[in-house]
Amino acid sequence: MSILVDKNTRLLVQGISGKTGAFHTKGAKEYGTQVVAGVTPGKGGTIFEGTPVFNTVAQAVKETGANATVIYVPPPFAADAILEAIAAELALVVCITEGIPVLDMVNVKRVLGAQSKTRLVGPNCPGVISPGKCKIGIMPGYIHLEGDVGLVSRSGTLTYEGVHQLTQLGIGQSTCVGIGGDPVKGMDFIDVLEMFENDPGTRAVLMMGEIGGSSEEAAAEYVRTKMTKPVAAFIAGQTAPEGKRMGHAGAIISGGKGTAKEKIHALEAAKIKVARTPAEMGAALQSVLK
Amino acid sequence: MKIHEYQGKELLKKYGVPIPVGKAAMSLAEADDAIRWVQKETGAPVVVVKAQIHAGGRGKGGGVKVAKSYDDAVEKARAIFGMQLVTHQTGPEGKKVQRLFIEQGIDIDKEMYLGLVVDRVTSRVVIMASTEGGMEIEEVAEKHPEKIMRVAVDPAVGFRPYQARQIAFGLGLTGDAFKNALTFLDAMVKAFVDLDCSLAEINPLVITKSGKVMALDAKINFDDNALYRHPELNALRDPDEEDKSEQAAKEYDLSFISLDGTIGCMVNGAGLAMATMDIIQHYGGTPANFLDVGGGATKEKVTAAFKIITRDPKVRGIFVNIFGGIMKCDVIADGVIAAVKEVGLKVPLVVRLEGTNVALGKQMLADSGLNLVAAADMADGAKKIVELSK
Repeated sequence: MSILVDKNTRLLVQGISGKTGAFHTKGAKEYGTQVVAGVTPGKGGTIFEGTPVFNTVAQAVKETGANATVIYVPPPFAADAILEAIAAELALVVCITEGIPVLDMVNVKRVLGAQSKTRLVGPNCPGVISPGKCKIGIMPGYIHLEGDVGLVSRSGTLTYEGVHQLTQLGIGQSTCVGIGGDPVKGMDFIDVLEMFENDPGTRAVLMMGEIGGSSEEAAAEYVRTKMTKPVAAFIAGQTAPEGKRMGHAGAIISGGKGTAKEKIHALEAAKIKVARTPAEMGAALQSVLK
Repeated sequence: MKIHEYQGKELLKKYGVPIPVGKAAMSLAEADDAIRWVQKETGAPVVVVKAQIHAGGRGKGGGVKVAKSYDDAVEKARAIFGMQLVTHQTGPEGKKVQRLFIEQGIDIDKEMYLGLVVDRVTSRVVIMASTEGGMEIEEVAEKHPEKIMRVAVDPAVGFRPYQARQIAFGLGLTGDAFKNALTFLDAMVKAFVDLDCSLAEINPLVITKSGKVMALDAKINFDDNALYRHPELNALRDPDEEDKSEQAAKEYDLSFISLDGTIGCMVNGAGLAMATMDIIQHYGGTPANFLDVGGGATKEKVTAAFKIITRDPKVRGIFVNIFGGIMKCDVIADGVIAAVKEVGLKVPLVVRLEGTNVALGKQMLADSGLNLVAAADMADGAKKIVELSK
């Protein structure tokens, strides 16, 4: 079992003919993901590398029965692409695009909150993968192993690091979700943790957070009060100085808030096993599996 | 992107936010003119001489002085211009004052606080207001959390008049000050949204004895992701305020932050870059920088990144930690080899490669004949570079 995506996921790609979109669509197909449609306004009716292209998301959904979409369009148009997908009532929207203006995302979030059909993952994220079943996004598929550990992370390559460590230890993954590094985004840790808690195919969760914001603290509270499955975690940015934005728009310590220390404290108070170093993420998860 | 107080005020003025009469000066001669001009405009001798640097706490650091006369103002301008201003936000080395702002003195009745941010918990623009003006808001939040009002703007309907009234009543305002506050708040929210700000802080927001509401200070930050919508704001950049390496990195679209340590880091991905800094520290070293070469880096970008790292005289060793996804390990290897050929290698170099095209990348490094140390994994690499750069 898995969450969000599986063998039945029928994927639509918004921005399929762009360089990034084309490259990763190929990767998704090779992994075995069912890519059923592409959307590029103005190119409707054409076929792009074997995939039918439509002018609008609504049309693509109607014609192909797509139930998930991945967005590779450039930042100035990405918010609009998300809104179009929400309007078409797709169950899952994964937005890979990095660099969307935060006020655009404030508007998107308002629309997202006023409906219940669509879930958004991202933006500025690596995507979602259920190993052996479906890959949506830019992660290297081969490092994954099918199994029963859920993974949720704010980072991209750090997620790969965590996955790689698990796979090296022979621990497979049910689903890996990169929720993205932006301050205003779709699903947060809590939303994903709740899905893992309810997924019979997941027996433990590895969570990777970073400095900035208070999502990890909220997640810790959720784990403490609601979760029965064991959780291990790592927080990146233990040595980051205050007031410096560490790449991700969300990763900044300001006014002494959002520090790794505070987050680790909250996680440990919720009996979550916190890896001391990023090299021990896999081992930390392994230690809670018993 | 950050801008100076005087630039922020000029922008806010266009939206109808009342600000005192003032003029910026890039030299002492200009400061002299500015003092005369402000005195003439206001018909009053009192002016305030304010250091313009991108850091808070300027007053406490001695960068803001009230002058009672022309002579007094000139003397104070001389004292502040060129000084190394140290505040809690500049670090112990401080920042050199190269711009001044000369402003009219204001007859203050009350000082308040107003801040606008994009709040991640509510995913909305949130207005924070407090009667405790002049203080650091973090300090107020800690000592008197009940004294900070928070009002969130629903993007579907915008900032509503009832919300402005709620804030103005909450601040205990009456009469003219109450009415003026409503206009002030409306103008602030409009400016914030129009200009794609990530932060707009008015501290203090002052109520004058005649009931005027004015921005006595203005700290404005813009959302870097939205700057493409505001090409005119680029002119407000102050290169003196930006770290040279960070600027060079920006040209190549690299995410780079200078730090105080001795181990240069080159990593792909922000999370992994932070984690790499952490593991270096764990094994007893200190990172010299945060550097994310990004997902779609080219050989040229990697070479540029390598050069920026080696330019830093503090660097005693370099750790390249790559987990290829979109980024291919052979591209990294290619860039590192090209950079070393061009600038030489005077410090130890440890390289850890994993992910897409890892075998090819490792082979290229091995064949290059470069004097580098290969690491099996992240921990191994961190241990090795800490040891080698001692």
